[in-house]
Amino acid sequence: MSNQVGKQPKGEREVETDVLVIGGGPSGTWAAINAASKGARVILVDKGYCGTSGATAPSGTGVWYVNPTPEEQEKAMKSREALGGYLQDRKWMKNVLNRTYSNVNQLDTWGYPFPLDEDGHKHLKSLQGPDYMRLMRKQVKKAGVKIWDHSPALELLADEHGVGGAAGVFSETGERWKVKAGAVVIASGGCAFLSRALGTNVLTGDGYLLAAEAGANLSGMEFSNAYAIAPAFSSVTKTAFYTWATFYYQDGSIIEGAGSQRGRSVIAKTLQTQPVYARLDKADEQMQKWMRKAQPNFFVPFDRLTINPFTDRFPVTLRLEGTVRGTGGIHLINENCETKVPGLYAAGDAATREFICGGFTGGGSHNAAWAMSSGSWAGEAAGEYALNLGSNASKRNVAGISTTPISANWSKSNKKGFVLSEITESVRAEVTPTEINLFRNEKTLQSSLQRLDLIWEEIRLGILANNPNVVRVREATAMTATARWMYSSAIERRETRGMHKRLDYKEQDPRFHYRILTGGLDHVWVKPDQPLHQEEGVRR
Amino acid sequence: MIEIISKSKCISCGLCVSVCPTGVFDQEKGKVPVIARKDDCQTCFMCEVYCPVDAMYVSPNVEEVAVNEEELVVSGILGSYRRELGWGKGQSSSAASDASYKMFQMMSKLPGH
Repeated sequence: MSNQVGKQPKGEREVETDVLVIGGGPSGTWAAINAASKGARVILVDKGYCGTSGATAPSGTGVWYVNPTPEEQEKAMKSREALGGYLQDRKWMKNVLNRTYSNVNQLDTWGYPFPLDEDGHKHLKSLQGPDYMRLMRKQVKKAGVKIWDHSPALELLADEHGVGGAAGVFSETGERWKVKAGAVVIASGGCAFLSRALGTNVLTGDGYLLAAEAGANLSGMEFSNAYAIAPAFSSVTKTAFYTWATFYYQDGSIIEGAGSQRGRSVIAKTLQTQPVYARLDKADEQMQKWMRKAQPNFFVPFDRLTINPFTDRFPVTLRLEGTVRGTGGIHLINENCETKVPGLYAAGDAATREFICGGFTGGGSHNAAWAMSSGSWAGEAAGEYALNLGSNASKRNVAGISTTPISANWSKSNKKGFVLSEITESVRAEVTPTEINLFRNEKTLQSSLQRLDLIWEEIRLGILANNPNVVRVREATAMTATARWMYSSAIERRETRGMHKRLDYKEQDPRFHYRILTGGLDHVWVKPDQPLHQEEGVRR
Repeated sequence: MIEIISKSKCISCGLCVSVCPTGVFDQEKGKVPVIARKDDCQTCFMCEVYCPVDAMYVSPNVEEVAVNEEELVVSGILGSYRRELGWGKGQSSSAASDASYKMFQMMSKLPGH
């Protein structure tokens, strides 16, 4: 915690570019490639490594890839509307379907090895994370984009005209960097609050904080309580596979009503008091073979512990995926993926996915489609915006806009300091329990929010100001802010819709048929977006 | 959680240091990398997948456990995930035999999907 822990910084590198992309997962890589395609100079910074960072790379994902016929698109759009609580937008959905179709075909052209069936027909509805992201890195480089790995952004730079770059640190050396850019794309993913759900520990809501500090709005932050099923000892979250599972109490009796989809609440409820076991005993031999070829990562933990998940019962847990598989995020004002702040764009899980998912995702395929589509649009628009600024861009006098002090000292020690660990754990203690975050009611949300507000106040008063572990400090700050937007929005939505379940308002209420915007830092505000005019679902 | 960088197998290429998304490893020039920030390991297995000489072992447990390197070598576990993905020497990616589409076809026939 003291100044002596950290080394003095080793100077600063300052460069200019047209577009800065923050985050090197699916949406960031598509953004970078598409910004470069407009002729813009592009730098992509990643907190970790572009190619392995984030939720997609270590996993596999379905993709919302649909033949572009009116009938098939109509069916695809309709199939999700009720689940998402009718908060989607048909125009966005159609655009995402079309863009995803062409982007996935582009991946095919780039040489991604899509499987062929017995009739030689190619199947393009899923991607293996390691292969997909390795290919994306290669294409980003080919597009002439400069990739800076292990280079977390700590704050945005802005002037009276809007956002004009970002400043950060090279994690390996502690050297600071400053990139002045005509436009910035935030593609840093969602927030899973360090739950160790597969690949998500780099996803700490950093981009939300950056955007809010610049004055951008967020939307749908109440849709932030996704939990995934994983073996209790493991990081490998793969809820879809548990479609073929039966769930058991410790004594081997079946937990009635437990399931991977609608029965997840039963699992959550049971886990509050006792362990839950699963066995994938509904998968026949053929399905078992397909599963192994569909998601090799799923079997790694079992193989290593010599558990046969099809015949052995194993303990399971629910890992919080927060907004990574929730649908809330930075609010976009148009289909260029612009935020309300000039020069600032958002894409992928960092942005709200309500336009195509409403209040529920239920699977990675929509998120994958959203990432590649929104990333492409944000990149193209940011590229054009920056090029239009022309020589004016370099004359701007932009400065850092972090709300909290960022220590000039530096340490990447994992001795994070007692206070920092305590703050991180205090925030996790508010968002992780299903008692608060999954089964929501006014009273518990209010008292949790009060505690979170106190944590925020402490951070603002400078409790972490001298901590040289600046990256972890920003993560803790971002998680605190994210949790406050989540619960403020969750309190405001006095109904049950999408993944947002209120014990005190159990029905979907047509009077809440709108998206909820939030934002602000010291003072968190919440307000309804415009009412939606598309047909509200029949109340169930 | 990352448990082993095999000193006998490691060629000190530094790839694991680069690809680890959470910056778990440190490396002195030319030396075998060390697990410097184990707590930050998120058990994503990416270092194993990228390691060209199968020198890494990520335990499937998210918490620290004791492991025995010799036993792991004998069991053939080192490098097994990389081979599963078809990323090993002389292999081609197993993405080409991804059977997700068959699962999706079955799932769409289940009630409620």
